[in-house]
Amino acid sequence: MALKGNLRDFSTTQLLNLIHLARKTGCLTVRTSSEAARLYFRDGKLIHAHTANHDGHLATMLVKAGKLTNEQAQKIMARPEGRNDVQLGMLLIKAGHVSREDIIQSVRRYMLDIVYTLFGWYDGEFEFTPDALPSADRILIPVNLEQVILEGSRRLQEHERLQDELPDLDHTALRFTNGADARLRAVNLTVEEWRVISFVSPRNTIRVIAQANNMDDFQVRKVVYGLIQAGIVELVRPTGQMAALGVPGEFGAEKPPAIKRSLIERLINRIKRI
Amino acid sequence: MQAVKIVITGPFNAGKTQFIRAVSEIDVVSTESKITDPAERIKEETTVAMDFGRITIEDDLVLYLFGTPGQRRFDFMWEILSEGMLGFIVMVDSTRPETFREARYILQVFRSYAPTPYVVAANKQDLSEAWSPEDLRIALKVDPEVKVIPCVATDKEQVKNVLLELLYTILERLELEEAGAEMEH
Repeated sequence: MALKGNLRDFSTTQLLNLIHLARKTGCLTVRTSSEAARLYFRDGKLIHAHTANHDGHLATMLVKAGKLTNEQAQKIMARPEGRNDVQLGMLLIKAGHVSREDIIQSVRRYMLDIVYTLFGWYDGEFEFTPDALPSADRILIPVNLEQVILEGSRRLQEHERLQDELPDLDHTALRFTNGADARLRAVNLTVEEWRVISFVSPRNTIRVIAQANNMDDFQVRKVVYGLIQAGIVELVRPTGQMAALGVPGEFGAEKPPAIKRSLIERLINRIKRI
Repeated sequence: MQAVKIVITGPFNAGKTQFIRAVSEIDVVSTESKITDPAERIKEETTVAMDFGRITIEDDLVLYLFGTPGQRRFDFMWEILSEGMLGFIVMVDSTRPETFREARYILQVFRSYAPTPYVVAANKQDLSEAWSPEDLRIALKVDPEVKVIPCVATDKEQVKNVLLELLYTILERLELEEAGAEMEH
């Protein structure tokens, strides 16, 4: 089955959310007219990333993190073991140039920089190749996507997309998802996000939450969108206002005329025979 | 004569008309019009008011299938068509992620009309670019208890399967309501 499209229609945040929730393993390739990136995932966690401009080798990552100079990196890459990240990592640790923690942090920072860059791409073809993994000589650091998705949503600057995702602030409320408490423990929320969280209740419309926190429409949409994508809250119709507003919905909507079971069974039997 | 109806909804060019054609015993009564907007010219004609198909169940019972117009400028028809429906089917073209946002919107609108059971039909699953039903469930934010059924709207057996799954869902809902009513007594 394909998983491909354009970031115009399905954003980086939504893609990462899908990969996270479906616990996918494979490679996500994203191409714009001038750039390209590859992100690798195992069981829904980011494990490796590189772009067309940055090869994703350990030496490059360590230079970027300031742990190696360009000159050192060039010398290392000229040696046979320089292209094998696992061997190179062990060599550098043994020689006392870097610690294990330095390597983990540098790889992690390098991957996250690439992913966060992707959040700024609003147009580009993407394709997910299931089960494709980086070569065995790469150092893979699993990164949980919940925090990445939240961070990406914080960087979202597209008013139109947010408006499309959350068009109606007056007739929409929030509730916590199943397992939200565990997710909340796994992520670092900003003060703004905590302020919104403290008002989450099916009784409060998003507009009410915004007013209580002195947020404008864009600010509240951005926070709510991030919390939804991170699987912490979900949209519901506000419980208290349905009757007053005359808006039909899940809660308090008019019931259709009573239907008998025998009628449905007759329909089933007939359709089976078509 | 008792008449009951099921509504088939979904974005533009999702395959709603084709779906009804696959099982209707009459030629589908379509209110199609030539497409003039160049952006929408991926097919020649589109439904503007409704599609209408029929399946006679027995002498005293008939099932009508109503297809809604896919374009939002004809959405005034949606609520009219949804009145008194047994349930509804949201058709999605699995190969066109550019329509998923619209599908989500339509799904929310129909859910707000009435608490009737529904299923999602992931259409065009025979094409190589089709997203899997599992990915579509996440992309469309479909609740875990709602069925997302793979479908090819030109295949009568698959269309029957979608209709049957909707009817099973309705049946399950009725059984739950009956069980709830018994517990209250």
